[in-house]
Amino acid sequence: MEILMVVVVGVMFTIATYMVLTKSLLRVILGTVLYSHGAHLLILTMGGLGTGAAPLLSTEGPHSDPLPQALVLTAIVISFGVTAFLLVLAYRTYKQHKTDDLDQLRGSSDE
Amino acid sequence: MSLLHLVILAPFILAIFIPLFFKYVKQVHTGWFVLVLPTILFIYLIQLIPTVSGGEPIVESLAWVPSLGINFDVYIDGLALLFALLITGIGALVVLYSIYYLTKKGEALHNFYVYLLMFMGAMLGVVLSGNLMVIYVFWELTSLASSLLIGYWHHREKSRYGAQKSMLITVTGGFSMLASFSLLYVMTGSFNIQEIIAQAGDIATSPLFIPAMLLILLGAFTKSAQFPFHIWLPDAMEAPTPVSAYLHSATMVKAGIYLVARMSPVFAGASEWFWIVSVFGMFTLLWGSFNAVRQTDLKSILAYSTISQLGMIMSLLGLGSAAAFYNYEEVYFTATIAAVFHLINHSTFKGSLFMVAGIVDHETGTRDIRYLGGLMTFMPITFTLSIIGAFSMAGIYPFNGFLSKEMFLTGVLNTLMMTDFNMQSIGFLFVAVAWIASVFTFIYSMIIVFKTFTGKYQPEKLDKKPHEAPIGMLISPIILASLVILFGLFPNQFLSYTLIEPAVQSILPTALPAGEQFYVNIYPWHGWTPELWLTIGVIVVGTIMYLTLTKWQNIYKILRLHKKDPINYIYDGFLDKLVTGSQKITYMQMTGRLNNYLAFMSVFLIAILAYGLIEFDAFALDTSIVGDIPIYFWILAVVTVATTITMPFIQNRIAAIITIGVVGYLLALFFVFFKAPDLALTQLLVETVTTTLFLLCFYHLPELRKEKSKPRFKIANLIISLGVGIGVMIVGISSIAMKAGRPFESISEYFKENAYELAGGKNMVNVILVDFRGVDTMLEILVLAIAGLGVYSLIKLRMNDEGGRLK
Repeated sequence: MEILMVVVVGVMFTIATYMVLTKSLLRVILGTVLYSHGAHLLILTMGGLGTGAAPLLSTEGPHSDPLPQALVLTAIVISFGVTAFLLVLAYRTYKQHKTDDLDQLRGSSDE
Repeated sequence: MSLLHLVILAPFILAIFIPLFFKYVKQVHTGWFVLVLPTILFIYLIQLIPTVSGGEPIVESLAWVPSLGINFDVYIDGLALLFALLITGIGALVVLYSIYYLTKKGEALHNFYVYLLMFMGAMLGVVLSGNLMVIYVFWELTSLASSLLIGYWHHREKSRYGAQKSMLITVTGGFSMLASFSLLYVMTGSFNIQEIIAQAGDIATSPLFIPAMLLILLGAFTKSAQFPFHIWLPDAMEAPTPVSAYLHSATMVKAGIYLVARMSPVFAGASEWFWIVSVFGMFTLLWGSFNAVRQTDLKSILAYSTISQLGMIMSLLGLGSAAAFYNYEEVYFTATIAAVFHLINHSTFKGSLFMVAGIVDHETGTRDIRYLGGLMTFMPITFTLSIIGAFSMAGIYPFNGFLSKEMFLTGVLNTLMMTDFNMQSIGFLFVAVAWIASVFTFIYSMIIVFKTFTGKYQPEKLDKKPHEAPIGMLISPIILASLVILFGLFPNQFLSYTLIEPAVQSILPTALPAGEQFYVNIYPWHGWTPELWLTIGVIVVGTIMYLTLTKWQNIYKILRLHKKDPINYIYDGFLDKLVTGSQKITYMQMTGRLNNYLAFMSVFLIAILAYGLIEFDAFALDTSIVGDIPIYFWILAVVTVATTITMPFIQNRIAAIITIGVVGYLLALFFVFFKAPDLALTQLLVETVTTTLFLLCFYHLPELRKEKSKPRFKIANLIISLGVGIGVMIVGISSIAMKAGRPFESISEYFKENAYELAGGKNMVNVILVDFRGVDTMLEILVLAIAGLGVYSLIKLRMNDEGGRLK
């Protein structure tokens, strides 16, 4: 099961990298969202995909590992904050410069 | 802190007050305040002669950075005292000369004297210090001060070019010298020169010996303008003439000579030292004298002549090092004695010649010998001074240059007696080069005198009506010229016992048994020796060649030397290529395109991963954990992969937003399967909010267009992406396998056991978030708050177009 998960994560990273390397700002942001999805899954997978119950003491054990879940929970919230900020930044950039093409947004050589 | 430390620091201290004198005492030329100091220092140093010539060096120490072995040691032996006397003595004369040379009006005298004092202090520091690191500090200060002085008239482009050139070349040498000092420290564990000399025998076998020698010679050659590093010296002639006289003939350019002489006891036993120092010196001698003849500017002639004479002193030091090789046989001492003697002589006659050139420039408005001529009747004193200086330089009796040139020829002839170094077969080359160079020296010396002062007077080409210089300007060259004659007539009385003997003793410290002293006796006449015939030959051939100058001067055009020194093309070309080349490299990597930078990062990541995997053989696969996967899980995985892969192909923004939402919800499903209810909940919520946010923005966001990049670009991106993805997979798979092989007990057991006992909660994830690891959560809230503030300020606050005021 872990190996299958790692393959899924690998595909996510591949696609995320490809999107980040394109020229459209929106695609780049979508790529970063995919990166965080991949990273979250990877953390969970590396923590070991136990077959235990949910980490609630009210259920019968053995429980699955609660620590990676706590880490991923934190990561989800942080990446949400960053994504929101990036989106608004893209929105402002587009408003200001009337383009989302990263080639056209690039600074002149003496900057 | 002793009085001797104060000798070194006094110029720096006085330099602080110079601008005050310049600003508040306007009626007196600032130079007079400066003049006092070198005079006092000179008199003080003269008093040390009896002590030092007794054979006992004066040592004083002052802790500076004792933990690194760097102490401000003052070590005064014969060599150091000789240089210190030159620096202060000629320094005083140059300051006196500069008072009349630079006018009170219109010249930035405060700058000039601050730089000059800084240079004087630094130079005293170089020669009087006994610690390598302190020498290095002062060494760089001389480079800096010299550069500032060359660029004194900074509104002239040529001054700036000369200053930059001298700075670049001498600092390059300075750095290599620093490297050599570090190597010496590695070998001996000390920065103290005397301690290093004491270990000279052990160093000679070290593998670092040769690198240290080459690096120190690079430092000495760049400073002393040896071929091919001599090119900065002619361009340094843009400096005011007092500076040229002081720095670029008498003192700074001899710092390299000092270094070679000082380090001779460490390195002189090696044949490499002999060869490098003497061959480079000889070639510089020839090259400098050959090129001096074609110059038309008085100061350029003197610059090339300085190069040539420095080459001569350097080669003498090299030839003298044979003494160390031959167990200090006395016959080879001559070269070292000649080096020290000529060092003194050169300072006297070259200083006065520069001052003469300055006077001619000052009184006629030009230094170009094509415009000058017939000045003899207008400037009789200057003419006499130039005759004394130039004839001494040419090596004519009764001036001091004759004696040192004779000794130079003796030293060269003595090397013919060497049995090693292949001298039987190629030794004659040394003699030939020395003789030819002497002929050219004779020719340019005659050019200086006769092209300037005799011949046809051309008043129409001169800006000013020539007349004799004011007496103040003449005092310094007169003193120097009298020294030229005095040293020429009575060398032993003035120099041999007081300065030359102790200096030679410092260069060849182990040459004599302890307690004995050198006995130097310089005779103007020692019979019909071969060197006398050589000198007569120089004068005869030189005179003939001077008289037929116009007939053979075309040789410079044939050799393509008539424009500028060919080494300059290499220097300028190198500098040019350095600038354009580094610009090219910068533009190549700093494209300003985000996707380029991300691609560089990804490629670097892949390279590091690949290196790590191969180097440490880190790939591992544990097939035992493949296990049985439920069919619904397969379906979920395949759907997720398929959805993800469609992402780059979507050309429609709403479809893209929905697809990314689908991936997010699939992620939530994974969390459900992995028994992570809180995660699933959060993921669903966050994905909903994100999608909403996308949809809110989407109206304002641009329409997605088809990527219009070249296929090659796309394929490269695809390869990079695949590399990253596969890299992540390999790392994941390997670390799972590694984990299976080396099971560590997870810390989670602790959380599982204590969630209820210690924290009173049954939801372990929540207990970890708010209790066990509550700080994470607090900071995460902070992140959200900052993101919220950022979003708010991005939308609400903006600069208006005109003033940049916040709206």
